[in-house]
Amino acid sequence: MAVAARKQSRAASNATEAEGQGELPELNKDQELEAYRLMLLIRRFEEKAGQMYGMGLIGGFCHLYIGQEAVVVGMQMAAKEGDQVITGYRDHGHMLACGMDARGVMAELTGRRGGYSKGKGGSMHMFSKEKHFYGGHGIVGAQVSLGTGLGFANWYREDGRVSLTYFGDGAANQGQVYESFNMAELWKLPVVYVIENNRYAMGTSVSRASAQTDFSKRGVSFNIPGEQVDGMDVRAVYAAGRRAIDFARSGQGPYILEMQTYRYRGHSMSDPAKYRSKDEVSRMREEHDPIEMVRRRLIERHKIGEDELKTLDGRVREIVNDAAEFATHDPEPDVSELWTDVLREA
Amino acid sequence: MATDILMPALSPTMEQGKLAKWLKKEGDRIKSGDVLAEIETDKATMEVEAVDEGVLAKILVGDGTENVAVNTPIGVIAAEGEDVSARSGQPNGAEAKGVAPNVEPASETGSGTGSGGGQAKGEVPAGGGAPATVPAIPKAPSAAGSPPQPETTAAPEIPEGTEMVTMTVREALRDAMAEEMRRDKDVFVMGEEVAEYQGAYKVTQGLLQEFGPKRVIDTPITEHGFTGLGVGAALAGLKPIVEFMTWNFAMQAIDQIINSAAKTLYMSGGQMGAPIVFRGPNGAAARVAAQHSHDYAAWYSNVPGLKVVMPYTASDAKGLLKAAIRDPNPIIFLENEILYGQSMPVPKLDDFVLPIGKARIHRTGKDVTIVSFGIGMTYALKAAEELAKEGIEAEVIDLRTIRPMDVETVIRSVQKTNRCVAVEEGFPQSGVTAEIGMRIMEEAFDYLDAPVARITGKDVPMPYAANLEKLALPNVGEVVQAAKAVLYR
Ligand SMILES: Cc1ncc(C[n+]2csc(CCOP(=O)(O)OP(=O)(O)O)c2C)c(N)n1
Ligand SMILES: [Mg+2]
Repeated sequence: MAVAARKQSRAASNATEAEGQGELPELNKDQELEAYRLMLLIRRFEEKAGQMYGMGLIGGFCHLYIGQEAVVVGMQMAAKEGDQVITGYRDHGHMLACGMDARGVMAELTGRRGGYSKGKGGSMHMFSKEKHFYGGHGIVGAQVSLGTGLGFANWYREDGRVSLTYFGDGAANQGQVYESFNMAELWKLPVVYVIENNRYAMGTSVSRASAQTDFSKRGVSFNIPGEQVDGMDVRAVYAAGRRAIDFARSGQGPYILEMQTYRYRGHSMSDPAKYRSKDEVSRMREEHDPIEMVRRRLIERHKIGEDELKTLDGRVREIVNDAAEFATHDPEPDVSELWTDVLREA
Repeated sequence: MATDILMPALSPTMEQGKLAKWLKKEGDRIKSGDVLAEIETDKATMEVEAVDEGVLAKILVGDGTENVAVNTPIGVIAAEGEDVSARSGQPNGAEAKGVAPNVEPASETGSGTGSGGGQAKGEVPAGGGAPATVPAIPKAPSAAGSPPQPETTAAPEIPEGTEMVTMTVREALRDAMAEEMRRDKDVFVMGEEVAEYQGAYKVTQGLLQEFGPKRVIDTPITEHGFTGLGVGAALAGLKPIVEFMTWNFAMQAIDQIINSAAKTLYMSGGQMGAPIVFRGPNGAAARVAAQHSHDYAAWYSNVPGLKVVMPYTASDAKGLLKAAIRDPNPIIFLENEILYGQSMPVPKLDDFVLPIGKARIHRTGKDVTIVSFGIGMTYALKAAEELAKEGIEAEVIDLRTIRPMDVETVIRSVQKTNRCVAVEEGFPQSGVTAEIGMRIMEEAFDYLDAPVARITGKDVPMPYAANLEKLALPNVGEVVQAAKAVLYR
């Protein structure tokens, strides 16, 4: 237990140190603004989704990404058009960051015909071929082998694409992760494994489930390089993302990024919340909020006025409200859809 | 414009909860993301976050108020300076009575204890449940409706005059494990979130406290690994109970279940076998979509070397789980999330153990035999009630064990009624009902006055959309119709 506590605080202090050291590459004003806009869009979207769940418009599971926004936003800023993204069930943020339409995502959450999967997949299972988003997977760890397969296809076709494969600290203990690591390194597949270490898998803290809690070292026995990254700071994510993606794209093989992040909300919508203290949550929210950090920099360094940020807020809110409105009124799928898409015509 | 803050639901089944405390005061400025208040049910807490900006103009429901109905306005957010003095705590009748759509919880996080457990999968309460701000709440899947009162006919295993206590299936399962763990030090439980979290669906509640961390073990999310570990421990003579958070995740581990647990006794010429119980919720819950809704009854029942138990009632759950833990073989014990919260009578006996492999006649009748098991029984029993209204007496058989299958009980019934409908939630092809039909044909063909009919889940992955999910599951009407069809009515 003492060890666990020490490790966690090391991670947290890393985060603050990194920020204090100021050795991070600065983002220019436009990049900061774009990061801010996207993170805010995800935050507002998720808050709305939570609210709609509370009203009974969304059923089943609904895993919110609030607190982790900087991870996917920083990575997408580092990625190129055509790079694939795949993740688990905590996927709303990834889809928005991939440029998927908020309406289509929200309508999938409400199970309506305008949803990305025509209402047939729900919160955990959404895909967009056009945006190179390969899901949306409900089985913990499954996306890691699948993401490795996306990387394999890129290697096979020699098309210069990189697969960004996201999974959680809990998922990192699944056996197929290591089977995948071995193949990815063996064949030098262009895959960046992004481990979103939000410190908990449901109610289990990292130290209660993991013998090696430094996830950047999980590839050591396969010779896969890894880094621990302050996943609350979009600049740090972006910088590490560039390194990892460049490495993979240049044919040197896979790369592991452990993003140290935090989920503010419960695992899914209901959560006994007894496995962590309120203090811990509020400390993260107050001291490490990824959006607030960018906001401060925008005001202080880039001299963006409150007014401009307000306008931006308003635009984000409009997108989210419009999506919610659409997702509320869009009809359910036609009943004939029950029987479609089971198999393709051969 | 003032906006109401509504009492949110923690899960789709939650109908009411406690407003534990406000974290903001009247007059405080609010921006989205601010935590306004904390609400609680007996199992979970949740923070109410602001989605709108403004000022917390009025608190309508104060700290510590119990039984606040979902969707009741609990406060008002207004623009600065706006007058909301007209707002009161009881806005209008319809709103104040607001209820969440009555879908069974979809939760790996403990909301499975939602207050609506007893009306699992029921219809959405009719009428203006939702406040005006919430148009078009999708209809919840209506499958089995409220649980039929188990009007169990003579349960041969329960001595006459035995006192019965009402408990949920969840409690019955927990008690079964606790009793067997007290009885035998070699019995231990392992799985994801079974210990400190008290079980993702709260089935292992209290076990850690009583038996300690050596016998109630939280595992990492490594199904293939911990299943193999469990089988190894069983080969070495321990008696593990391996909980799968749901059976869907056991697909990660199915190799160890079949290749190691089921086959070792045979391959070792009888030297060593695996006394192990694999248990957890199986089949569809509500709105959890294709990857979390699979029914594995048919899969495991295909495999020699396994026994497959799938109880419906709380008393069967208890008696059969105790038997499973004592059995020297690998047992697949298929529970159901929707049944967990249902309360039924359980005999108050010191050591209530039921035989594996025996069906139970749940309701007697002479006109048609309806055979089912697990949650399928809810359709069968409701259909029998419907049929009774039309003067058709259905005999309803609960298989309880899928493998070995008590064909004898089914055959005896069919010899009497000459007609049979088999019901399951699983897929039709190679399903358990297909097996039932075949066995009747093999052993009682001459007694049949009509071909055996079956009602199953539809032959598609489970859709998420509420309307499609409802269609994908069997329903009572289909069973009634099938019964009439075999009666040529
Ligand atoms: C194979 C499998 N086992 C268990 C589950 C149930 N489950 C869903 S999410 C989860 C926790 C995963 O935690 P982590 O990987 O840290 O991701 P996070 O939820 O923190 O984003 C579990 C145990 C599942 N969906 N699939
Ligand atoms: Mg996690």
